[in-house]
Amino acid sequence: MAGHSKPISKEELWGGGQSPFSITYGKMMMWYFLVSDALTFGGLLTAYGVIRHGSTEPWPVGEQVFEALPGLHGSYPLMYVALMTFILIISSVTMVLAVEAGHRNDKKGVIKWLGYTIIGGFFFLGSQAWEWSHFIHGSGGGFQIETPLTVTAKNEAGEEFKMELNAGSWVHMDTEFGHAYEHALEGHEAHASAGHDEHGHAEHAEHAHVDANTMMPEKLILNKYTLDYKDGKDLRKLIVEGEDVKKLWASKADNTVVFGANLSKNEYAVQQQYANFFFFVTGFHGFHVFSGVVINIIVWLMALRGIFERRGHYEMIEKIGLYWHFVDLVWVFVFTFFYLV
Amino acid sequence: MERDDLHVNDSYALNATHSEEEGKKIRKKLYKVTVLLTLLTVVEVFMGVFFKRNGTFEWEVIKLGFIVLTLVKAAYIVLVFMHLGEERRNLKYVILLPYALFIMYLIFIGLTEGLATHDAYNTFR
Repeated sequence: MAGHSKPISKEELWGGGQSPFSITYGKMMMWYFLVSDALTFGGLLTAYGVIRHGSTEPWPVGEQVFEALPGLHGSYPLMYVALMTFILIISSVTMVLAVEAGHRNDKKGVIKWLGYTIIGGFFFLGSQAWEWSHFIHGSGGGFQIETPLTVTAKNEAGEEFKMELNAGSWVHMDTEFGHAYEHALEGHEAHASAGHDEHGHAEHAEHAHVDANTMMPEKLILNKYTLDYKDGKDLRKLIVEGEDVKKLWASKADNTVVFGANLSKNEYAVQQQYANFFFFVTGFHGFHVFSGVVINIIVWLMALRGIFERRGHYEMIEKIGLYWHFVDLVWVFVFTFFYLV
Repeated sequence: MERDDLHVNDSYALNATHSEEEGKKIRKKLYKVTVLLTLLTVVEVFMGVFFKRNGTFEWEVIKLGFIVLTLVKAAYIVLVFMHLGEERRNLKYVILLPYALFIMYLIFIGLTEGLATHDAYNTFR
């Protein structure tokens, strides 16, 4: 042994025997994981910003695309996403109450509050399923016109505008007509193909006699999802009626008709990236919520069996709590940058 | 600067428990934050529904308002719900500083690039 080193006072250095951060390994690793996950979401939302800033076509705005409520007609802009945000915030609160109960070694409290958190998680997942379904089915669909046209259109205040549309401009149908037309087109295809099943036949039976080629909308909509303004006048959701509808309908390019959204086309925007970002960002977040619910259920069962009581502490609730709050945190940003701004 | 790593009795260390009275105080704080987060969300939705988007300076200010409100909400979630505010200073900075620096850089470089793409399209179309 070469030499003796002078012992260093524990007061002077970090005293040892305890983490310098004063948290356990598990909690620290959860924080590091969350930082890396936050970078992923930050990257996704920044990519969305890059595409949106780079786009030269009008970008759809949240309060025009997301304005439906389940089972109700009419326009309720952003109400549904606001409800989803509220559900997630409340489930975050019940989670933090579970953590607090854990600090008092209150088994009953942990089980109760963590249970409510799981229910909140299911409610959010269900809401998101409806939101996706609505986004995929669409609100009436749209098409491009083949020839340049000038039409008269009215805004919500009743002011009339002469709109000069280029070839390739998008025109949208209203929800009622759009869905009927979609069914008529599908019925047409189903009858044209020999091998349609019994179920598909029954579903479209009431539309079977309607020929899509003879259908004609009463009104069409310009700028349904996008923003437009001229001299301070609001040019959103312009309604076209009468003879101009016939002109637009006759100019419809049939191969451009689209209902809702999928990974190759969408009715909301010229830019396909809009739908793709919607699917990827909210889908990736929804996957986090889903895995969070699964983890919460596992830990809830562990609490129920008294595993943490025997362990003497409820630190596991804190760790999964961090993850659950992070999911809420991400949604706060998705809500702002995808729906509001 | 005070050496906060020499304090031993942390409220969120593994063996830390708190009493019924302390729990009451903590819960009161949590309920306050809940009400605040809900109100901020309601304000955001009303701003989104009622303010007119018309590409003017006003709309830019409202957009900035959204971002500020979002950051306030995020701060409350991270500092109170995830109780990072009560962790040691060194841990707080290890979490927040690298993230804030990197993401600010990413946003700056990304939006600059996006706007340049926009201008290029418009110029050479």
